[in-house]
Amino acid sequence: MYSGDFAYYAPTSLGEMLTLLNNAKPEVKVLAGGQSLIPLLKLRLASPATLIDASQVPDLRMIADSGNTITLGAMTTYFQAIDSPLVQQRCPLIIQALRQVGDPQVRARGTIGGSLAHADPAGDLPAVAMALDAEIHAVSSNGERSIAAANFFTDVLTTALQPNEVLKSVSFTATDQPATGTAYVKHRHPASGYAVVGVAAVVRLGADGTCQEARVGITGAGAHAARARGVEQALAGKTLDEAALDAACASAADGLDLMSDTYASDEFRAHLTRVLAKRALAEAASRAHSQA
Amino acid sequence: MRQTIKLKVNGVERQDDVEPRMLLVHYLRDRLNLTGTHVGCDTGQCGACTVLLNGEAVKSCMVLAVQANGAEVSTVESLARGTEYHPVQQAFWDMHGLQCGFCTPGMMMAAVGLLKRNPNPTDDEIREQLEGNLCRCTGYQNIVAAVRSAAEKMQSTPAAAPVTAGASGE
Ligand SMILES: Cc1cc2nc3c(=O)[nH]c(=O)nc-3n(C[C@H](O)[C@H](O)[C@H](O)COP(=O)(O)OP(=O)(O)OC[C@H]3O[C@@H](n4cnc5c(N)ncnc54)[C@H](O)[C@@H]3O)c2cc1C
Ligand code: FES
Ligand code: FES
Repeated sequence: MYSGDFAYYAPTSLGEMLTLLNNAKPEVKVLAGGQSLIPLLKLRLASPATLIDASQVPDLRMIADSGNTITLGAMTTYFQAIDSPLVQQRCPLIIQALRQVGDPQVRARGTIGGSLAHADPAGDLPAVAMALDAEIHAVSSNGERSIAAANFFTDVLTTALQPNEVLKSVSFTATDQPATGTAYVKHRHPASGYAVVGVAAVVRLGADGTCQEARVGITGAGAHAARARGVEQALAGKTLDEAALDAACASAADGLDLMSDTYASDEFRAHLTRVLAKRALAEAASRAHSQA
Repeated sequence: MRQTIKLKVNGVERQDDVEPRMLLVHYLRDRLNLTGTHVGCDTGQCGACTVLLNGEAVKSCMVLAVQANGAEVSTVESLARGTEYHPVQQAFWDMHGLQCGFCTPGMMMAAVGLLKRNPNPTDDEIREQLEGNLCRCTGYQNIVAAVRSAAEKMQSTPAAAPVTAGASGE
């Protein structure tokens, strides 16, 4: 399959990239790992006039410790994140989720920035970005700004990024504090491997073993990744036993704009959301106990 | 608007003018006549087109030839040294890891990629790591056995693992 024709640029600096983004023939698209964009081009579901390959821009490649957060450059591949000792130690949730993305060939090419900018409703990393309260750093020729994950995903394949903006990096809240545990649990689509529903959970326990804070990110169920705030509030101050988790997770699918397709009805997705939220929270709580 | 690309394919420097929309797999097959790399689905699902790009297994139907500018590419044709098979090829032969052979080049390149990342995988890890490669014939049992056998051989004689193309990483 051949895509439509396009002009291709591979800028070697962020400045050059931003100038191209403003001046090249529209529609202009950034090319990261290509694992979502190239299939769209081949199926001619996207026919941009210009592609700007981000792979030669050094500013988009980095993995840094930034205190309470770790920051990953947009062009960090899944494999680079999985192999990073810093990510393993400070944000194991990212590792657990990325190991479940697609297959090794996809993990070799796909990028952190591409995954968030693409905002596939069934993508795995968006749930993690929600649960880790990620800040998405965008840059354009007008300057930089940060967007909270909660405000970033706006619809199916749609984000708060403007056409002239590049996703530069993402800061994820580190979870290597005492009595804190995380987990990502996914019901994999048997053919595509994407999340039919995926739930990312962070749990922080107090000295008395009760839940001080829970953060739950959900992907796959609705048009875009979302936080399950109702579940989070219901768990605050509770001992995370079976009954408390059951009661809280009963509302896990409330307020989601549920999707429905031939593989999974909206009703099934709601059910999966409740079940997987409970499993993710139980796994996170058990890790938090062992870190206490 | 054609672009000039320079890359190393199976150790040989190449320079070519390509359309930006040309896929790496078509460049390899149609320009360089390296037809060992197969096209099964052309949608990123089957892995028949797997090659090593800078040492990492990737699906070459999901990479533009222009994205390989400056890179090192290894295809299945790079595995054997003259008449001597690569341990992964020998293991597919010994363990009967194929029937029709259509998926085999991609399977072997994925296996080479997986053994670079994990030289001593369990059977479960082999199955998990070959997730991106589909086979219509074998039922996978003998493919897993072949990868295990290759891993054992490469562990005992590390020098028997050629495929030199670049370090993994970027
Ligand atoms: C066989 C297969 C299985 C897969 N399975 C899964 C799975 O299980 N779970 C999952 O989550 N994903 C899966 N994916 C998708 C994969 O994770 C993609 O890599 C990811 O969705 C997009 O990342 P990319 O780097 O490839 O981006 P690209 O495909 O290059 O780009 C995607 C979109 O994001 C935009 N973009 C990219 N980077 C930037 C940037 N820095 N700034 C602004 N815009 C940008 C592009 O313009 C484009 O619109 C699968 C893909 C394949 C082919
Ligand atoms: S031909 Fe590339 S994955 Fe099937
Ligand atoms: S041997 Fe026929 S597809 Fe695998």
